[in-house]
Amino acid sequence: MRKTFLLGAAAIALVVSGCARRTPPPEVTGPVETAPIGPGGEVVAPGDVELTELPAQQADLVAKAGSDTVYFGTDEHILDTAAQATLAAQARWLLENPNVRASIEGHADERGTREYNMALGERRANSAKNFLVSQGVPADRLLVTSWGKERPVAIGSNEEAWAQNRRAVTVLVR
Amino acid sequence: MQNRHCERSEAIQARSGLPRLLRSLAVTTVLLGVPASAQEEGAPPVEVEVVGGQNSQLTVAVPAMPGQAIGRGIAEVIASDLRATGAITPIGPGGIGTYGQAQAASPAYGEWRGAGAGALVSGYVEPRADGRVTLACYLHDVTAGRMLANQGFTVAQSDWRRAAHKCADLVYSRLTGQGAFLDTRIVYVAESGPKTNRTKRIAIMDSDGSNHRYLTAGRATVTMPRFSPRGDRLVYTGTLARKPRVFVLDIASGRERLLVPGGQITFAPRFSPDGRRIIFSWANNGNTDIYVVDADGGTPRRLTSAPGADTSPSYSPDGSRIVFESDRGGTQQLYVMNADGSGQRRISFGGGRYASPVWSPRGDLIAFTRIAGSFNIGVMSPSGGGARILTNGWQDEGPSWAPNGQFVMFNRIARGGGSTLYAVPINGGTARRMPTPQDGSDPSWSPLQS
Repeated sequence: MRKTFLLGAAAIALVVSGCARRTPPPEVTGPVETAPIGPGGEVVAPGDVELTELPAQQADLVAKAGSDTVYFGTDEHILDTAAQATLAAQARWLLENPNVRASIEGHADERGTREYNMALGERRANSAKNFLVSQGVPADRLLVTSWGKERPVAIGSNEEAWAQNRRAVTVLVR
Repeated sequence: MQNRHCERSEAIQARSGLPRLLRSLAVTTVLLGVPASAQEEGAPPVEVEVVGGQNSQLTVAVPAMPGQAIGRGIAEVIASDLRATGAITPIGPGGIGTYGQAQAASPAYGEWRGAGAGALVSGYVEPRADGRVTLACYLHDVTAGRMLANQGFTVAQSDWRRAAHKCADLVYSRLTGQGAFLDTRIVYVAESGPKTNRTKRIAIMDSDGSNHRYLTAGRATVTMPRFSPRGDRLVYTGTLARKPRVFVLDIASGRERLLVPGGQITFAPRFSPDGRRIIFSWANNGNTDIYVVDADGGTPRRLTSAPGADTSPSYSPDGSRIVFESDRGGTQQLYVMNADGSGQRRISFGGGRYASPVWSPRGDLIAFTRIAGSFNIGVMSPSGGGARILTNGWQDEGPSWAPNGQFVMFNRIARGGGSTLYAVPINGGTARRMPTPQDGSDPSWSPLQS
């Protein structure tokens, strides 16, 4: 709509000016995407709006699916049978509760460099997301992210703690 | 900054014998800058080659400067800076005498020889009509009894520490032949709280830990801040909508913006050497690749596309090539490519895993993290040869170069313990801890300030 208006205005300007000084037409930008407005009044791109966690529904997911978390081997992003079973149960919950989205969040242990662990976390989250999609969860309900090694749940520089930190967590969000 | 004097820096051809001062240096070549007033008319340049013992150090007296209250403070900053270089042993300002302003340019060399010093840093602070101050800085060869260099540095009174760092840089570079690096800043991530609920804030400080302040509030996870080539902006990895996102921050104003809008996972950014582009990693569908975008924003251009995690890119100082890490071959290794993404080839073959490469500002070396049981910092040539490991911690990672290419700062994580910043000289020497008020990680060394 806005594009049409600007073109119209430019056309009128050209007709009216005739042999007088030509006013250059205003710059025509592409159609403005529908997007939220940020707190400062600025247009915010889709995907750049803060998310809200849903603690009550998260507790229900954990109770009904058994866990919101699956675990990985060192440097691995493949899902073992326990992880697949957990994700299958999560998928059933998500299909029974269609009004929430989930942020699938990958994590790494501290025994990796910072940048690589960001990539590894995304790899793990992507594996979990793909499995949920294969179980019938619509992909547009699932976000993927990585926390790298920044959010461990277990303190300790030992294999037991590291194993707890190599994980993907299904976080319900609005 | 204005220079009141510019000493001449021609090399002088050696005649007979070496000044005793220089025989004690551990470096190979020293160029002497001799001010016009001290040089004989018509004397040809001298280039002095010195081969010294590995542990020989040059002793430099740094007495309190006369005339103003900050004269003692300036001497303390200079002495601390020189000690931090690892190549110089300062004496004073405590425990040694001082001098009057008239002796700054013409000290009593015999007295300083008696104090056991091979060199002397002297000077004075002069107030100016516009409210600024000028630090006159002199370096003397006490053994030979002559001035080696002098320069004036004019600053706002509140910036007196920077004048002291500039004076220390003059002394260091004249005595060692290396480039300056002391008038610099460090940006890093200040960490506090338990590791399971860590507060991370971007912080900035002078290279000696002074003038420390926080640039972010600590509500969002922040990592990997890096300076722009002029030191006026940072790129870093912040968090938005629960995803890692690259931000560009203007240091003076605190204003920042998203580099790539639209909910994409972006991280590990660095500026190009001309400051006009930013390279970064973009993770999508289980794959991470390296992209480049104009620093002012725009459509990112993809540089790598191999399956796997390509990340941690760093430009060569001439902007023509990029070193990065990739696990496309199975484990993290270092690769070099042209700046347009062509010609990607592996350069690390040392038997470990190699990560977080950073190209030296001198272009001659690439620093990296080697993972072989422990994590340690090393350097190799851009073709991958001559790799040597510089540190011996349990987890040392994330190197960053000093602007003279002689020191590498890194993050040391103690097993079961905290995270701290260290700097290590590349030619052998002990890693030295950088003072921070809390734990710290992800250090980045600024360019030399002008």
